[in-house]
Amino acid sequence: MERNMNRIYLDNNATTIVDPRVKEAMEPFFCQQYGNPNSLHSFGTEPHSAMRLAMDRIYSGIGAGDEDDIIINSCACEGNNHVLKGIYFDIIRKGPKSEILTSQVEHPCIRNTCIFLEGLGAKVTYMPVNADGIIDAETLRRHIHPDRTALVSVMWANNETGLVFPVQDLAEVCRENGVLFHTDAVQAIGKIAVNVGRVPVDFLTFSAHKFHGPKGVGGLFIRKGLQLTPLIHGGEQMGGRRAGTVNVPYFIGMGLAMEMAVDNLAYEESSVRLLRDRLEDAILAIPDTMVVGKRELRTPNTILASFRGIEGEAMIWDLNASGVAASTGSACASESLEPNPTFTAMCISDDLAHTSIRFSLSRFTTAEEIDRAAAAIRQSAQRLRAISSTYKNGK
Amino acid sequence: MAKNDLIGGALWEQYSSIVSERMNNPMHRGEISEAEAKALGARLVVADWGAEACGDAVRLYWAVDPKTDRILQAKFKSFGCGTAIASSDMMAELSMGKTVDEALKITNIEVERSLRDNAETPAIPPQKMHCSVMAYDVIKKAASVYKGVDMASLAEEDIVCECARVGLRTIKDVIRINDLKTVEAITQYTKAGAFCKSCLRPGGHEKRKYYLVDILRDTRMAMEQEKLFAQADAGDFAAKNLIQKHRAIEKALDDKIRTALAADGGSLEVVDIREADGKINIYIRYLGACRGCISSTKGTLQFIENMLHQELAENISVIPV
Repeated sequence: MERNMNRIYLDNNATTIVDPRVKEAMEPFFCQQYGNPNSLHSFGTEPHSAMRLAMDRIYSGIGAGDEDDIIINSCACEGNNHVLKGIYFDIIRKGPKSEILTSQVEHPCIRNTCIFLEGLGAKVTYMPVNADGIIDAETLRRHIHPDRTALVSVMWANNETGLVFPVQDLAEVCRENGVLFHTDAVQAIGKIAVNVGRVPVDFLTFSAHKFHGPKGVGGLFIRKGLQLTPLIHGGEQMGGRRAGTVNVPYFIGMGLAMEMAVDNLAYEESSVRLLRDRLEDAILAIPDTMVVGKRELRTPNTILASFRGIEGEAMIWDLNASGVAASTGSACASESLEPNPTFTAMCISDDLAHTSIRFSLSRFTTAEEIDRAAAAIRQSAQRLRAISSTYKNGK
Repeated sequence: MAKNDLIGGALWEQYSSIVSERMNNPMHRGEISEAEAKALGARLVVADWGAEACGDAVRLYWAVDPKTDRILQAKFKSFGCGTAIASSDMMAELSMGKTVDEALKITNIEVERSLRDNAETPAIPPQKMHCSVMAYDVIKKAASVYKGVDMASLAEEDIVCECARVGLRTIKDVIRINDLKTVEAITQYTKAGAFCKSCLRPGGHEKRKYYLVDILRDTRMAMEQEKLFAQADAGDFAAKNLIQKHRAIEKALDDKIRTALAADGGSLEVVDIREADGKINIYIRYLGACRGCISSTKGTLQFIENMLHQELAENISVIPV
């Protein structure tokens, strides 16, 4: 066990380390400038300049215009709930548009909110992904109805596979049809360019902790002039769009994290991608393994690999014992055994649904870590295949 | 939901250290070859259970002494998570040295208990209990291979919840006795459905023959029906019509009298019921040993009449013919 020394963190799609500079930037707002920014006295006003800087960084990070709104909230989960439930109250409940169009591969915070809204009378269509594992413009055109569809919600990049969806095309199809478009960009920011100036999305959501900011703070972009009933009612914070005293230090931390994430995109695209490919090559050198999705269609940091004859949770157990943190999308403890819709669409056998492991890197990952992780993966594959009742050489 | 449930993701923290050790170093992993079995003078039994698509698969090897049915050696291979591997390892160990029939009595609950660090603390969290069920199923499969019989013939009863090993009879009884109205209540009373939750309703972790929602609905329906019948049977005997009176008399005879007579090899049947002058005369005919018995016109007759007075009405006279 190397529990406490030299651990290797390859689960950056779950959360990331807070950049030490972000932590440092937050520091003064706990014990010194701790005032409520809505107070009139000097304690209240002194964090305002840092908050304005954070706002500027966040707006410029996603290319938002001054007339747009970015609501600072608790996370993308909250933002996604806000958009879906807001659309339900503002449009669906009033009619005649009654449908939300989404995909079969969204995060549970979209999927379960949709299921909840179906219970209230909304109609929800879950679009299947294509053979590449993504929702393309063609699929959206087949499903969208200008008279019926109230909102389209499709993620920018998938958390499990890292596959990047063509949101530019999807947003344009929505524009053509006069339908609002929301994208969950939680896995995109800091990995690929996200610019609402170029991509005509109406709503976009993100969480700071996916790009080396703190947990518990996120943002919801709302295009200029759009109405959206609040999820949290109360005071006049965020212009009345989201009540609750804003988490000042985290908001300021997210601002810096956003700026650094955008500044590091070139590094992400070159160096992180190289390290990712290095790990991917090492994995594919093990017999009877595969990686889901074409490399050029994925975020530069993600690998969803499948090891024939090895149950995913067993391997992450082994890797954990070697100090390597990875994750599995289909823990055998899950209560449902629905086949993975990405796998089904990509004609990947259901057998492999329980053999998949996700490795996700960050700009903090080093080449030395990748090589050690690769060795641990090889070792575990060998051990577990020796135990496996289903693995035969060359099968 | 409670304080300890609000911070999630503690799955592995709930494994006993025995589970961890067995996962890291399973002692009975591997295969037994034909040659190895032969060298032991044993018959090789190989049984497969589960499938990769379901997330769990296990293969059990037994070397069984054909003269004594004793399992001389056991090994396993597994496609599964840590708890599946640890459970299979313990299952192989428990089966060793037992006869095939003794091994059949090993349940998943026994496997789980053997993996505990101490008697009070479960070895694995509830949602992992189904992994230990695999270990039980593969033993049944291996025994059926050895005996050359169908696996279904080895099932003791209809099990509804494999994880907690709760049978259909128990669940129906607990619904009736405690007048349960929800699936959650069944789980509280029996632990059925508390683990992998597959048996709660269709669409869960695995397909089941019985689901608690269906058993609850059917049992409640049966209870309603019985209540209607009971209502029809209840009420003042004198106010009943002749058919209802006949039913009530037959029921009282069945419940209170015929079994007593049967103990001595006798019985009786109702020949006629006549009502006249505020009296009810029941004409009976003795059968079996009661026919010609001295007591049948004295003590036994008194006993029958008293019983019917007590059960139904005072104005009944019993007249043997």
